[in-house]
Amino acid sequence: MANVPEGLYYSKDHEWLRVEGETGTVGITDHAQHSLGDVVYVELPKSGETFAAHDTFGSVESVKAVSELFLPVAGEVTEVNESLTDEPEKVNTDPYGDGWMLRVKLSNRGEVDSLLSAAEYEDYIGSLE
Amino acid sequence: MRYIPNSPEERQEMLRGLGLGSAAELFDSIPADVLLKRQLDTPAALAESELLELFESMAAKNAAARRPSFLGAGAYSHYAPTIVDSLIQRSEFFTAYTPYQPEISQGTLQAIFEFQTLVCQLTGMDVANASMYDGSTAMAEAVLMAERVTRRSRVLVSAAVHPEYLQVAETYVAHAGIELGRLEVDEASGRTTLDPSALEKDVAAVVVQSPNFFGCVEELKSFAEQVHAAGALLVVVVTEAASLGLLRSPGACGADIVVAEGQSFGVPVSFGGPYVGLFATREKYARQIPGRLAGVAYDKEGRRGFVLTLATREQHIRREKATSNICTNEGLIALAATIYMTTLGRRGLQEVAEQCAQKAAYARRQISAIEGFSLPHSAPVFNEFVVRAPSDAASLLRRLAESHNVTGGLALSRYSPDRPNDFLVCVTETNRRADIDALVEGLKAS
Amino acid sequence: MTITKATTHVTQNEALVFERSQTGRRGYRLPALDVEETSPDELLPAELRREDDLEGVPELSEPDVVRHFTRISTWNYNIDLGLYPLGSCTMKYNSRLNEKVARIPGFANLHPLAPEEDAQGALQVMYELQQHLAEITGLPGVSLQPAAGAHGEMTGVMMIRAALDARDGTTSDEAQRRKLMLIPDSAHGTNPASAHLSGFTVKTIRSTSEGLTDLEHLRELCAAGEVAGLMLTNPNTCGIFERNIREICDIVHGAGGLVYMDGANMNALVGVARPGDMGVDVIHLNLHKTFSTPHGGGGPGSGPCCCTAELEPFLPVPRVVKTGAAAYKLDSERPQSIGRVKAFYGNFGMHLRALAYILTHGHDGLREATEAAVLNARYIAQGLAETFDRPFDSPPMHECLFTDKRQTRKGVHTLDIAKRLIDYGFHPMTIYFPLIVQGAMLIEPTESVGRAELQQFVDAMKEIAREAVEDAQTVLDAPHTTRVGRLDEAAAARKPVLRWRPAEKAAGA
Repeated sequence: MANVPEGLYYSKDHEWLRVEGETGTVGITDHAQHSLGDVVYVELPKSGETFAAHDTFGSVESVKAVSELFLPVAGEVTEVNESLTDEPEKVNTDPYGDGWMLRVKLSNRGEVDSLLSAAEYEDYIGSLE
Repeated sequence: MRYIPNSPEERQEMLRGLGLGSAAELFDSIPADVLLKRQLDTPAALAESELLELFESMAAKNAAARRPSFLGAGAYSHYAPTIVDSLIQRSEFFTAYTPYQPEISQGTLQAIFEFQTLVCQLTGMDVANASMYDGSTAMAEAVLMAERVTRRSRVLVSAAVHPEYLQVAETYVAHAGIELGRLEVDEASGRTTLDPSALEKDVAAVVVQSPNFFGCVEELKSFAEQVHAAGALLVVVVTEAASLGLLRSPGACGADIVVAEGQSFGVPVSFGGPYVGLFATREKYARQIPGRLAGVAYDKEGRRGFVLTLATREQHIRREKATSNICTNEGLIALAATIYMTTLGRRGLQEVAEQCAQKAAYARRQISAIEGFSLPHSAPVFNEFVVRAPSDAASLLRRLAESHNVTGGLALSRYSPDRPNDFLVCVTETNRRADIDALVEGLKAS
Repeated sequence: MTITKATTHVTQNEALVFERSQTGRRGYRLPALDVEETSPDELLPAELRREDDLEGVPELSEPDVVRHFTRISTWNYNIDLGLYPLGSCTMKYNSRLNEKVARIPGFANLHPLAPEEDAQGALQVMYELQQHLAEITGLPGVSLQPAAGAHGEMTGVMMIRAALDARDGTTSDEAQRRKLMLIPDSAHGTNPASAHLSGFTVKTIRSTSEGLTDLEHLRELCAAGEVAGLMLTNPNTCGIFERNIREICDIVHGAGGLVYMDGANMNALVGVARPGDMGVDVIHLNLHKTFSTPHGGGGPGSGPCCCTAELEPFLPVPRVVKTGAAAYKLDSERPQSIGRVKAFYGNFGMHLRALAYILTHGHDGLREATEAAVLNARYIAQGLAETFDRPFDSPPMHECLFTDKRQTRKGVHTLDIAKRLIDYGFHPMTIYFPLIVQGAMLIEPTESVGRAELQQFVDAMKEIAREAVEDAQTVLDAPHTTRVGRLDEAAAARKPVLRWRPAEKAAGA
């Protein structure tokens, strides 16, 4: 059973979002890292880049698959998890912690309401199986 | 048919086992209106002896294959040690598939890793792939890669790049949103000229060949400085890989991508193929490289092995977003090149290059001393150079073949109608002094 | 008696050529220089000469080199050893005779820029091969220039682009909109990659539950007038003949598009059915599959393009044409051609081998090989039907498709079955392809294997299925008999080491 912590927002593209004030932290879910397998490379944007909601902001690669990463909400990138360059496996071992990918300054705080709650996301991934 | 193990009787039994009455029923899922209802109109089967006789008779019509030759221009006659062809004919190498199952493909994988390393050493680069089809397609892929890396859309190609390479690049970029510009060649030196004002902001790369199509060694270092100052990449093309044994490596001159034709390394000229394209670049661009890469991996016991790696760049995973559509490349030819480079080794590669250059220098002196003949370009050369004849070069070479049984070079009119009297002469370590002297005598007599 | 091993067997730990290198060893000897020597500086200014003395390039004797490559070769599986059932790869017997033909000095020593009148034999080989491939495919225009399958695909779809541009112009609204290349979800990855390289936008067509192209979806996608073409493999990558092929071609043609066929699976059709008779406009062939030129551990291939008379003007230049009773020439005067896709004329050495294959078989032998290949696949399909899950019911052509569905309960997946097959002496089948079938195992025995060995393969697969239930761990840990076990591909991709470096430098890197 995939780990789906309470208190985060989720997208159907399997990204999570933690909101603290005007800042959102983004990563991929435990379900996503599990279906990808061993993550070997994470391609991320630079600080300062801005994205609309659902824009592709990078990609994550396993040995035999590559998945695009979609930003759940619009925002400007303020920080990138540089440590994933050397240790992409953190995405597997700690997807909600050390495996975080971006911090963004939210352009529109209201957008988070369109995202899924933990319970809703759990139902959603249940429906995929 | 002797290649089919199951006899007709065995096949009948197998058909019965499947509940089928005849072989035709195997194709019941094909609608009748697309079935071929007659025999193929191809020749009847030949016995082994008949087949060899037929091919020998066709080969006999290739008079050029038996003549001493001074043809180069993208395909070079070098001596290949006997063990090169002997080793690549081992079943384990030539009848194996692409090494998708590493546990039973370690021979191929280790050889690819050795090939990649040798290509890096010779070109002076950090990373090389498992091979491209040939030098020309490798150059086209380098142009596409430069666009990916820089996100710029204009590529300036020297007019002294092999004309067929340029044609291939034109085909490849036709739908890629890349515009090819041209860098002129200075008539006196035979070298490419790079006008700094040409290096506008939209230039992704500058492509130069060295030694260039006219045999002249380009000043790569100064190109690199100018190109890098403009934020573009320098792509260096090498058609005569033997030159790498003597010339400053493109990597040491500052190249960002080096592509080469590897045919010189133990591969017969074979009327144009199969050859092997070399593709090398800087570490930071490794994820943009086209084609396959072998890398080191370990098993649970800690034993070293090799696998195909960074495969997410490739078509079978990234499909239309792949760095290239290439799949099958030139594995066995890359192996031949690896065995050649290993056999010649550190000293032999230098010695072959040295002999090529020495013999070419001798031929240049002798030819330029003939009345009416001149060398139009002043830049240093490796083993190829342009000769200006007093009359039409194509007919001169034709007469030379008939009267002195020597293929004296390539008339440049094949590619440049405005150069009727010029021809390109290539000299390698396989051309004996007697052949060079015969060429000189022939030119004098014509 | 027991053998006490003093060291590991010499074949087990053969080092890299760089690690084996010993300063001063030589594996070559050149003739003495027979011309007056020119001084180094006169030859080339110092700033153009190498400075590194080729440091790191190996120094080995001839026996060192022979032993090295012989030893590492023993780590490879190969066709001459046994069944190599990679689906869609057609690993058939590679005749030694064809190797001999390709090495005849009159061909091997022929320079590509030799005057045409002195290369008539080579042009004749190419011309005759073109004629035979035209007859086999029912498509009269042939170019042998593409160097591999994907290269042939690129050539073919570029020809479609050029033909549409010639028909519609490039500026009209309609021409601007016609950018869509339809590709089934079961296709090989080179198809979308080649289409993209040729300026098309790729749209995926669904497959039906029978494993065939979904005609309704095709009609729907064709309705908008944006379709430039369709890329279809037939038999498709599930090993099933697309029985609606004529209708598929009619739909695409009716919508103003052209049909490209991926010829990877032509070993199911030679002498039996012709793409030209099905309505296909252009196809590539893999000489390194159907026509037995060796795979060589990943090439060289050869991917000739065959097309209709309507598309012929767009084939790459130069073309090889006949000018008289026994006279041939290269013709570049084709203004509508897509241009050149490779220097010179293609992988000529492969053309020789393919022609030798065709002439050795003769017209009846070509059909016989097709029948034998399909029969062998059917034999395996029947042999494994009770043991493994078959995703589609349609009778297979030259390859059969199974999945790991019945084995996954004990945690054994397709990858494990494949690795365990190695212990039984077989190369694994193609796995996880086509992508639309979960846990796919695609098995293509080809005609080059006898009944007893087919049965051994069937028995091995059944035994693995039994092990998957009774002794799953043995399967999960396979292979047990190879020089290395399963390699950590994730670690290899995270910190790629793509070349050897001297130890002291490697430590610093």
